[in-house]
Amino acid sequence: MTKAYIHSFESFGTKDGPGIRFVLFLQGCPLRCLFCHNPDTWKRKDFKMEWTTDEVFNEIKKVKGFIKSGGVTVSGGEPLMQAEFIEQLFVKCHEEGIHTAVDTSGFMFNEQIKATLAVTDLVLLDVKHIVPHKYKALTGQSLEPTLEFLEYLQSIDKPTWIRYVLIPGYTDDEADLKAWSQKIATYSNVERVDLLAFHQMGQSKWEQMGLKYELSAIEPPSAEEIVRAETIMKSYGLPVSQRN
Amino acid sequence: MNAYEGFKIGKWVDQIDVNNFIAENYTEYTGDESFLAGPTAATKQLWDTLSEMFIIEKEKGVYDAETRIPSQIDSHDAGYINKDLETIVGLQTDKPLKRGIFPNGGLRMVKQSLKEYGYELDKQTEMIFTKYRKTHNEGVFAAYTNSIRKARSNSIITGLPDAYGRGRIIGDYRRVALYGVDRLIKQRQDHFANTDPKEITDTIAREREELTDQINALKALKRMAAAYGIDISQPAQTAQEAIQWTYFAYLGAIKDQNGAAMSLGRVSTFMDIYIERDLKNGVITEEQAQEMMDHFVMKLRLVRFLRTPEYDELFSGDPVWVTESVGGMTNGGKSMVTKNSFRLLHTLYNLGPSPEPNLTVLWSESLPMNWKKYCAKVSIDTSSLQYENDDLMREQLGSDYGIACCVSPMEIGKQMQFFGARANLPKALLYTINGGKDEVSKEQVTPTTYEKVGGEYLDFDEVWTKFDKMLDWIAETYVKALNVIHYMHDKYSYEALEMALHDLEVRRTQAFGIAGISIVADSFAAMKYGKVRVIRDEEGDAVDYVVEKEYIPYGNNDDNTDQIAVQIVQNFMNKIRSHKMYRNAIPTQSVLTITSNVVYGKKTGNTPDGRRAGEPFGPGANPMHGRDTRGAIASLSSVAKLPFEDANDGISYTFAITPSTLGQGSDEQKVNLVGLMDGYFNQTGQHLNVNVFDRSLLVDAMEHPEKYPQLTIRVSGYAVNFIKLTKEQQLDVINRTITTKF
Repeated sequence: MTKAYIHSFESFGTKDGPGIRFVLFLQGCPLRCLFCHNPDTWKRKDFKMEWTTDEVFNEIKKVKGFIKSGGVTVSGGEPLMQAEFIEQLFVKCHEEGIHTAVDTSGFMFNEQIKATLAVTDLVLLDVKHIVPHKYKALTGQSLEPTLEFLEYLQSIDKPTWIRYVLIPGYTDDEADLKAWSQKIATYSNVERVDLLAFHQMGQSKWEQMGLKYELSAIEPPSAEEIVRAETIMKSYGLPVSQRN
Repeated sequence: MNAYEGFKIGKWVDQIDVNNFIAENYTEYTGDESFLAGPTAATKQLWDTLSEMFIIEKEKGVYDAETRIPSQIDSHDAGYINKDLETIVGLQTDKPLKRGIFPNGGLRMVKQSLKEYGYELDKQTEMIFTKYRKTHNEGVFAAYTNSIRKARSNSIITGLPDAYGRGRIIGDYRRVALYGVDRLIKQRQDHFANTDPKEITDTIAREREELTDQINALKALKRMAAAYGIDISQPAQTAQEAIQWTYFAYLGAIKDQNGAAMSLGRVSTFMDIYIERDLKNGVITEEQAQEMMDHFVMKLRLVRFLRTPEYDELFSGDPVWVTESVGGMTNGGKSMVTKNSFRLLHTLYNLGPSPEPNLTVLWSESLPMNWKKYCAKVSIDTSSLQYENDDLMREQLGSDYGIACCVSPMEIGKQMQFFGARANLPKALLYTINGGKDEVSKEQVTPTTYEKVGGEYLDFDEVWTKFDKMLDWIAETYVKALNVIHYMHDKYSYEALEMALHDLEVRRTQAFGIAGISIVADSFAAMKYGKVRVIRDEEGDAVDYVVEKEYIPYGNNDDNTDQIAVQIVQNFMNKIRSHKMYRNAIPTQSVLTITSNVVYGKKTGNTPDGRRAGEPFGPGANPMHGRDTRGAIASLSSVAKLPFEDANDGISYTFAITPSTLGQGSDEQKVNLVGLMDGYFNQTGQHLNVNVFDRSLLVDAMEHPEKYPQLTIRVSGYAVNFIKLTKEQQLDVINRTITTKF
């Protein structure tokens, strides 16, 4: 049985998909986002637990009564680095009638991931920027794989929520927001857009890990700035939901 | 008009059977809250008048007090807020917020409370209750043993109802509306006349005397209503009458008794039947129906008893536990939710949030989704509701039970309780270690036969065995105390009216309680899975503990620790069961502290779990503040393991969560709160207090109380006006775990 490198889990998540969810955070990520609030999930060797699908599923069963309105979300890190494990876990979830979701950057793609997506009910996809060089500056990787991933999700008509973090000075340029919205609006499988406000809660983790945090001077967006971005997205017909 | 016109006839016509009347006649409502009406001009004006009085009351401590006439069902003239505007009338004394005196329970409490607030008891009244008439309080102390006195004064058994009314009895107040008082009198008169046994034992003599007292109380109730120009001898004919008469019956009870908790029962669906009939016949409009419920609830918010400041320290914020149970299911799988269930909760909007009445939703996953979402909305908006597991309790008690006080379920009109406060278990653990010597007073409280615990480190097996023996002594002393108290209460302060609104044969329970379960469980977990070093003083008494190796505390869904808590609940209940109860009552217990967790903490020394002397206990069955680090579900799951069959009187869990943790936007928050409660109650949790707020709100309310006159929060088993709490209790609430992540 495949084992997973796990960072942590939450037994009552309300921010990663619909309803109350068991959220599993896997260890390891190929991106190096400047605003990452979990830099401790980057390196696979820093994992806190190494568990089999059965062990993880036992934790899920403990809270099964609470997640009827929601389900299970696997986040990270980049969860699809451990796609085989997720596939096995989601098969078990489906046997018990539990809704499944992954929260991904869409950077990885292969045959195993296709198989995993086949047992995934909902994809939460981060499209962190729409301008390739800005995406690269922000995440350390290129944008193209994410857009291809989205194309694939469209081709299999996979219910998808797109997530976007609003960071003043980085992701709030009006023209960029328009271009982003225009692009996303072309996908009919996108059920919802989560507009997330940047916050500074990750800073202490960067410091603890001895990493240089470049965004320490950035203030979270104001309510007006959030509404402005939301209005732009909505003007392209996107079903936007604000998230804290 | 025939009072029963339009009602479906059933066995309720020939026998006193309100439950059957409801079952035959109520209309389940599965829709949403859109039909509800706002407050009328009269409602607003009445509430404004009262709101001004509440400000004065808060400043002075009491608004006004009676100093001469002991409160009785018909002791005072009619009183009004504004006679022309009130659709439902009746006050405890002749003026709103004027507190009555109840010397039958105990004269000391009356004198002291009056004095504290600048009043003086009338000399003649004082003489009557010293020279001519003995009180419950005197009776109790005439019989207490030395061991009870010691246990009481050292606070190992506390909160005993030996100086005031015991409460926790719910009369079936609906009977007055459905049958009229004359029929209730006749039923008792017939029974009295028809029973003439061969021999009269003391039991039978007592029962006959009680029956006569009950008949007299019902007659007094008629006189009380007549003072308001209302004749309640016959059945109510309209919704207004049904609400008014039900309220009069309750009013009679709170004029007769100053019980610790004077709960209302389960009246809203009963009232809905009359409202539906009047709405259908075009007699009233929805606005009028809501107005009557608003005015009824307004009266329930005026219930007051005169208490001493020490009492207030224990049970803060002037609680009276006008607990009203709403919702729930029938055994046939239909919900008991009616439009009037919505109207009742809607009073929290029309009149603003309030701790009283203590609105208690009987929860089942099968309740209509619209109702569940409305309850969640009300909790999110007002933090004024508590929830209890209907699926768990209905199995035992059917579909016509109500909650007395905080968490104590009982069948309405068929069951009553002898209330008995609680034992301080962390102190019992310290007595175990120190051979029965109190760690604060240094008095030897137990007999000297209890051997101290020795050694540098606490040995789990040794302490566990000795603790078990110590619990034997506590259970024995505790039962003796309650047996004395209830014997004397029946003798000197019998609840004649409340018992007149019961069946002739009643089932009695005797309710014990335990406080500090989380501390004891954590202490034993620390000994078994961690390591605890003892620090002793020069006399060889343990005074402090150092936890040298970590352990997983109760509240993290860790079976090793949680099972210790389960075991203690079971053991203590079994010890209680081995004793003889007063009037052959069925023994039960609760895991509940109300706000007394703060005072318990103050009076208890350092404990082996690492808690410092004086620090508050976790309330009720809650994990200790901040130790439930694995999130809300783990915490809820630990509490849900405590066995209801061994804590039949209730297991209280108080929960707080920030709005944003529940989700984004009101619909998502409602659905997630519903999911949370479905999950908890499916795991057989019994009770849940739900608070939805940010810590910053409470901090601001502490600094600027004038901005938050109606801020209501749930504490263990009841709701309280936050600004009425003592500073220490406010800090305790702020320091509790407020879930921001899971």
